[in-house]
Amino acid sequence: MKIDVKGHSTYSYTGGKPFDADKPTVIFIHGVLNDHSVWILQTRFLAHHGWNVLAIDLPGHCRSAGTPPASVEDAADFILALMDAAGLQQAALVGHSFGSLIALETAARAPKRVSHLILVGCAYPMKVSPVLLENSVTKPMMAIDLVNTFSHSTLAPPPSTLGPGTWLYGGSRALMKRVLASNTKDNVFHIGFKACNDYRNGEAAMALVTAPTLFLLGRQDQMTPLKGAQALIDKATHAKVVQLEVGHQLMTEDPDGVLFAIRDFLTS
Amino acid sequence: MSGYSDPGFDTLSLHAGSAPDPATGARAVPIHLTTSFVFESSEHAAALFNLERAGHVYSRISNPTNAVLEQRVSALEGGIGAITTASGQAALHLAIATLMGAGSHIVASTALYGGSQNLLHYTLRRFGIETTFVKPGDIDGWRAAVRPNTRLFFGETVGNPGLDVLDIAPVSAIAHEAGVPLLVDSTLTSPWLIKPFEHGADLVYHSATKFLSGHGTVIGGIVVDSGAFDWEKSGKFPELTSPYEGFHNMVFSEESTVGAFLLRARREGLRDFGACMSPHSAWLILQGIETLSLRMERHMSNTRKVVEFLAANAFVSRVGHPMLESHPSHTLAAKLLPRGAGSVFSFDLKGSREQGKKFVESLKVFSHLANVGDCRSLVIHPASTTHFRMSDEALAAGGITQGTIRLSIGLEDADDLIDDLKRALKIAEKAGAL
Repeated sequence: MKIDVKGHSTYSYTGGKPFDADKPTVIFIHGVLNDHSVWILQTRFLAHHGWNVLAIDLPGHCRSAGTPPASVEDAADFILALMDAAGLQQAALVGHSFGSLIALETAARAPKRVSHLILVGCAYPMKVSPVLLENSVTKPMMAIDLVNTFSHSTLAPPPSTLGPGTWLYGGSRALMKRVLASNTKDNVFHIGFKACNDYRNGEAAMALVTAPTLFLLGRQDQMTPLKGAQALIDKATHAKVVQLEVGHQLMTEDPDGVLFAIRDFLTS
Repeated sequence: MSGYSDPGFDTLSLHAGSAPDPATGARAVPIHLTTSFVFESSEHAAALFNLERAGHVYSRISNPTNAVLEQRVSALEGGIGAITTASGQAALHLAIATLMGAGSHIVASTALYGGSQNLLHYTLRRFGIETTFVKPGDIDGWRAAVRPNTRLFFGETVGNPGLDVLDIAPVSAIAHEAGVPLLVDSTLTSPWLIKPFEHGADLVYHSATKFLSGHGTVIGGIVVDSGAFDWEKSGKFPELTSPYEGFHNMVFSEESTVGAFLLRARREGLRDFGACMSPHSAWLILQGIETLSLRMERHMSNTRKVVEFLAANAFVSRVGHPMLESHPSHTLAAKLLPRGAGSVFSFDLKGSREQGKKFVESLKVFSHLANVGDCRSLVIHPASTTHFRMSDEALAAGGITQGTIRLSIGLEDADDLIDDLKRALKIAEKAGAL
């Protein structure tokens, strides 16, 4: 569905069910060079099991218009504006990587509007090497290959987003290229990585969060290694940690593991 | 895996898609010869049917052994996923049937395998899908053939029978200008010789019966998606971008930004047409792929020696392999296929139809049969077999002479292959003098 947020059309995948504001709502926020489709299995399941899901394309990404958020703070403002536009007083927030920082900052800015906070593949600070930041501008295809390699942990993933026969290295690479190409004006690769690298409010934000918080982490994650989340875990008031034996693309490398962790946390 | 780049071709040939079996510890890929898979619960069953969870239901739609093969070929081609099919022809049909229906139009190369030519020229026409054939090197011809209802460009990496090399980049550029994908049959080259996605192809398929399997034991096909074609931007594929009543009103391009084709091909094509691959076949093809690079290297080194021998033989009037400067695709092949343009090629004897028959019958190492891409060397004489009903004039129009011989060079000792050919050539030549 399309939602007008501050004059810009924002796409949200609703899991194959019509949006129903009366149901508890879960908002899914993707990471850099991703879009809603990385959540496809988890969101479709929840949408058919009593939840209302909005898996967004961030502004300036794929199906969503507008300017890509230049900072985590700008993106958090956008999420709150999206909730206003959709008539949502409260929602659970699920974010992956860059999206996890956006979810965290949103929950800190409006604690009462966030029922659950789920941070997938999260680390703070989320430092990006200067070389990678530069390559995201000058050699984006090479940088995509590097990020793609670091984001995966197995050559033998289970059936995933396309069902059996999905090759995740290829699928993630193709998606990153598509997302980059979707915005010919702004380099969403560089903008997203820079926003991750520049975010300085993580620990302060975590201290303001009142919602129960799930840290869903990959033991083989090379992009946001396990220890990278510890500073936030230490600051969280109501933290639960689930570790899966996968890399940074948790949702596609272990779709059931991620689904069950989210479902169980939302219902606990 | 960890490292700064994707694993290499040989590593992927052995490991992509498979890990030790968690249930038994089996290191080789198990053959899952089962029609169906037990549901954990009614909820699990419903979630699988509704694509809320990924997994196996029924082996016509998917199977764990086939899934390994699908991941492996995807990895080798640089794709996002694949679907195994009953044969190469089933893969071609699945691709076409997923993308279009009656009233659609295809632009295809004239240099196609005979079965593909039959499908396009005769069979699909009966179902309302028309094809315009264009010589693969006629770049302007590809553009001129586009119609408003065109939905696909189609060619072979190296075409039958003359090994015309398809210049994939300019042809795909024209296809993309027209808002349609380029499908490439990469059977004769395998991903070891060329990866068509790197040159702009959108979909690739193989008759896995040939080099992927490599041992002449199994019939199978596979279609791979690059994930690069933007179906929504094209606007010509409502099959992928509009709600599909036949599957929960799913909009496949919303479900997957890059994988809409594969979602529909599996959920509709395998479900309704049912041309699936047996898990046993998938396992045999996997065994072949494990040694693909080793075999292809030997196929090519043997081919080079045989081509050189034939080109120097006085009883041979023409050798149709792009490694020779005389071949029209020589320059293009050197650019696109630096490891070689395949080990299936034809040559012409300076002789009659009877001499061609005599030559084939005199070979001892080469096997006379209708296949290519076997580890054993193969031979066929079109004028007395596949094209025996055709007059000499009709043969000539198809680029085939009475003395045309097609070879598929295998993995034997090159010296033995050359000795076999030398002896048979002498016998055939003498037969003409009688």
